Amino acid sequence: MSYRKASILKNLDWFLVTLVVLLVFFGWVNIISATSNIELADWLDWNGKAGKQLLWMGICVLFGLVIVNIESEFFIRTSMLQYLFTLLLLVAVLIIGKKIGGARSWFSLGGFSLQPSEFAKPTTALALAYYLSRDSSKWKSLRSRILSILIVGLPAGLILLQPDAGTVLVFAGFVFVLYREGLSGNVLILGFASLLLAIATILFGSWGGIEWFWGGWVILGSGILYIIREATVPRKRKSLTMWGSIMLIAGLFLSVGLHTGMEKVLKPHQKERIHVLFGIDVNNPDADYNIRHAKAAIGSGGFSGKGWMNGPMTAYSFVPEQETDFIFCTIGEEWGYIGSFFVVLLFTMLIIRVVVIAERQRSRFTRVYAYGVASILFMHFLVNIGMVLGLAPVIGIPLPFFSYGGSSLLGFTFLLSVLLRLDGERFKMLR
Amino acid sequence: MRNSDLKRRSLVFIAIVVLIACIFIAKLTHLQLISSEWSNYAGRLTEDRERLDPIRGQFLDRNGELLVTNIASYDLLITPRKAVDLDTLALAELIGWEVERLIEQLDKASNYSRYVASVLVKQLNYKEYAQISKELYQFPGIKARTRSIRSNVAGVAGHLIGEYREADQKDLNSDKFYSLGDYKGKSGLEARHEKDLRGVPGARYHIVDVRNNKREILADLDTMPISGSDITLTLDLGLQRFAEELMEGKRGSVVAIEPSTGEVLAIVSSPFYDADDLTGSRRGVVYDSLRTHPHKPLYNRALRGTYRPGSIFKMLQGLIALDEGVIYPHSVIECNREIIGCHGEHTADNLTQAITHSCNPYFREVMRRVVLRGKDENHLVDASIGLTNWNERVEDFGFGTDLGGNLPGTRKGQIPSSGYYDGIYGKTHWGYSTIYSISIGEGELLTTPLQMANLACIIANRGTYREPHAIRDLGGRGKPEGEDNLHETSVNPKHFDPVIDAMQLVIEDETGTARRARVEGIEICGKTGTVQNKGDLDHSAFIAFAPRENPKIALSVYVEYSGHGGTWSAPIAGLLIEKYLTDSIKYKHRLDRVLTFEVDEL
Repeated sequence: MSYRKASILKNLDWFLVTLVVLLVFFGWVNIISATSNIELADWLDWNGKAGKQLLWMGICVLFGLVIVNIESEFFIRTSMLQYLFTLLLLVAVLIIGKKIGGARSWFSLGGFSLQPSEFAKPTTALALAYYLSRDSSKWKSLRSRILSILIVGLPAGLILLQPDAGTVLVFAGFVFVLYREGLSGNVLILGFASLLLAIATILFGSWGGIEWFWGGWVILGSGILYIIREATVPRKRKSLTMWGSIMLIAGLFLSVGLHTGMEKVLKPHQKERIHVLFGIDVNNPDADYNIRHAKAAIGSGGFSGKGWMNGPMTAYSFVPEQETDFIFCTIGEEWGYIGSFFVVLLFTMLIIRVVVIAERQRSRFTRVYAYGVASILFMHFLVNIGMVLGLAPVIGIPLPFFSYGGSSLLGFTFLLSVLLRLDGERFKMLR
Repeated sequence: MRNSDLKRRSLVFIAIVVLIACIFIAKLTHLQLISSEWSNYAGRLTEDRERLDPIRGQFLDRNGELLVTNIASYDLLITPRKAVDLDTLALAELIGWEVERLIEQLDKASNYSRYVASVLVKQLNYKEYAQISKELYQFPGIKARTRSIRSNVAGVAGHLIGEYREADQKDLNSDKFYSLGDYKGKSGLEARHEKDLRGVPGARYHIVDVRNNKREILADLDTMPISGSDITLTLDLGLQRFAEELMEGKRGSVVAIEPSTGEVLAIVSSPFYDADDLTGSRRGVVYDSLRTHPHKPLYNRALRGTYRPGSIFKMLQGLIALDEGVIYPHSVIECNREIIGCHGEHTADNLTQAITHSCNPYFREVMRRVVLRGKDENHLVDASIGLTNWNERVEDFGFGTDLGGNLPGTRKGQIPSSGYYDGIYGKTHWGYSTIYSISIGEGELLTTPLQMANLACIIANRGTYREPHAIRDLGGRGKPEGEDNLHETSVNPKHFDPVIDAMQLVIEDETGTARRARVEGIEICGKTGTVQNKGDLDHSAFIAFAPRENPKIALSVYVEYSGHGGTWSAPIAGLLIEKYLTDSIKYKHRLDRVLTFEVDEL
């Protein structure tokens, strides 16, 4: 036991640990500022949010230590069990969960609230890793593709019912995992193209809605993309290109329907947020309230920031949700360009580090899982900071390690601890 | 697919991550380093700039007695941006308004600016404010501001001091100093010296929270207001107040000047009004009633009223003639009443007698001699040349000018020139016989009471005057530049003696027209004038100075529709002189007579 403990600690990726510790600590420093009142010097109140977060940090250190001391084999063998358990929780939360902010995504446990979707992310990564590593040759079969997508789609679907659009978006990140494992790159291009077309639809949707206009867009868009493919793809993969082009045109036709979709499927506030993002006039003058104040807070930080506990926008609650989803505003205001740059850099390094870890694995399970981790982190990074900077619509999603919240911290601790353990055993295992 | 191909896909993923990071950094660079739009916006959100109004300068009389000061009143201000979820119904009830009126005002403020506080309710007094202030916390965006309003504590000289009231849209556009609901001097000295009186506002900065509560003080940005300059007027409060008492119920004016300095001691235009009525919240009603009053109480007769000068003008004709050398003090001219009528029992007067008797033929002849000098063979051309010269000499006495324009609203009156008559009759179509009525102060002449008082000063000073002015000291820096410029009439001082002799006789002689101005022990010199009104009672005019040697006061008194100058104007002048020089009134019956006389019923 003592030998094994020493050996796993030796084999841990300390660079990754350092990055995470830096992020968590810097995050906590900002939570103190975002939740404290300048007149109240007593910020280390255990009932205050900063105090609670410190408590959670302690719990997570213990939790992480426990996990890295559990044999990898345990996670591999129980991955499906854990996955099924989270699915159960996701169903349960829809029935007995507490509704906070319009979404039924919380279990209320005494003083704390738990969000099962936070745990669905790592367990889905585990389940996908387990399934894909069972028999690598099976990826090409339609059945395995459908099952892979189902593994991701089931929890995502349940979360959509809560509804929690942000977390669903995170699950969309698993497309990177599948891509690494052999999914056609056309899917990424298709996704990107759909996004572009969706933006075009939103921006120019008010041009009268003439059908042939959209047809024109579709033909133009697919033509451009076809030329790009022609120029970049080797000859022998032309058949794939044909397929891709057909998929593209289909996808583009789907995006034509997006205009109607915007009107019928999205909730009014979501539509409004998307309109705000693209600067389309909305009738509600406060629709862009969050994002205006977020930008103001970040913009007022300037180069070196107002200093810790010194940002008036933060101190006087100008930014809603500033200790959770909008925590980046506090960084921007109080630590300025230097601090914001540092945080973006840390996240980029963290994600790249996880990819590097993934690529050095001989075990397919670990690699798939690591890519799952990287994708989840990336999606959080992309959607959260994109939202705060006004580059993405307002979607409630926490910034990993920064945002206040025990479930989120615990979920990410689990995610990374398992990765550390799996990586620590990379020389032992061959799966 | 080969494993190495798939391994390359890690680079695609890393590339996407780095690309997104670069987009974020670019956006951060824009937000935090390049554009100031968002940091300015943050400043507007978090900083509250509270304007600290400076104390407006006060008006004092020449002895330091307070005339106009500031008293506290309370305004309620609205900042539309901050007035979220304002309970208009409750607010309307609190301030005692109709909801519609409140909403209208809120809209007006909103249209003006969403960020700037605009005045919602004006000038609550202490008691009203005490009631409201307790409830005020319930209304976001509403705050109270203490404002000082003007109070004319002495209750005098409303015309001269002028109005201090709300700046109109034009003022707001032309001067950034004012915001909606601010007050400024709009007429009189309040307007003329607005920039001296208003001072420099200060500012206090606070950091506010999202609900606009003040949370922190940004003391290093604060600036203290600088009070406006106090203005010491040349007015003598005692004399001014007495003059207003005497003029109560009459139409007309009093202008009293210290001859040696040009300082205005008292200036009254009657009917007058309580200046305070025009600064308070009742202004609209009061102003309308004043504006439509048939006797035009808003009209400042002392500076703007133009009357024919009448007999008083004869002294000026005499002085010019003496200086031109066309008569001598002892020259006797026959009282030929064929061309022009006269009064009294005289047949041939010298200058002194002619002034005392106000002999019309004498001065018709005197002016003829001044104008017709034989400069041209054609007597019509000669008259034109002569009149031009005469006109210049008359203007040397301040007639036809605004006397430096130090008193706001001064009018010039009219001294007809050759060009003027050319315009009426055509060039060389008029001669002296056409225009001689101006020789006795009638005809096309128009003079103001201020100019007449100034004439008294010139005679008292024997040929010089300082521009009449009302400001003795501005903020401890003395008189403003150019306020009391010295003017020479270029009439030799020795020529004044016969005129002054005559003026003394007007008061002291048994037959003098202004015996009612006489004060025992004071050598008063004066001259009556009667401004004829067709078919109505004449305006009574009188100028005087006293004492004869080293004169302390010179004045003009006009009482409209009251008859001969000696009847009402002279006793008023006598009382004023007595009051100013002895600080008491012995002539009680004279005082009673003046006080009980009212021309308003006419």
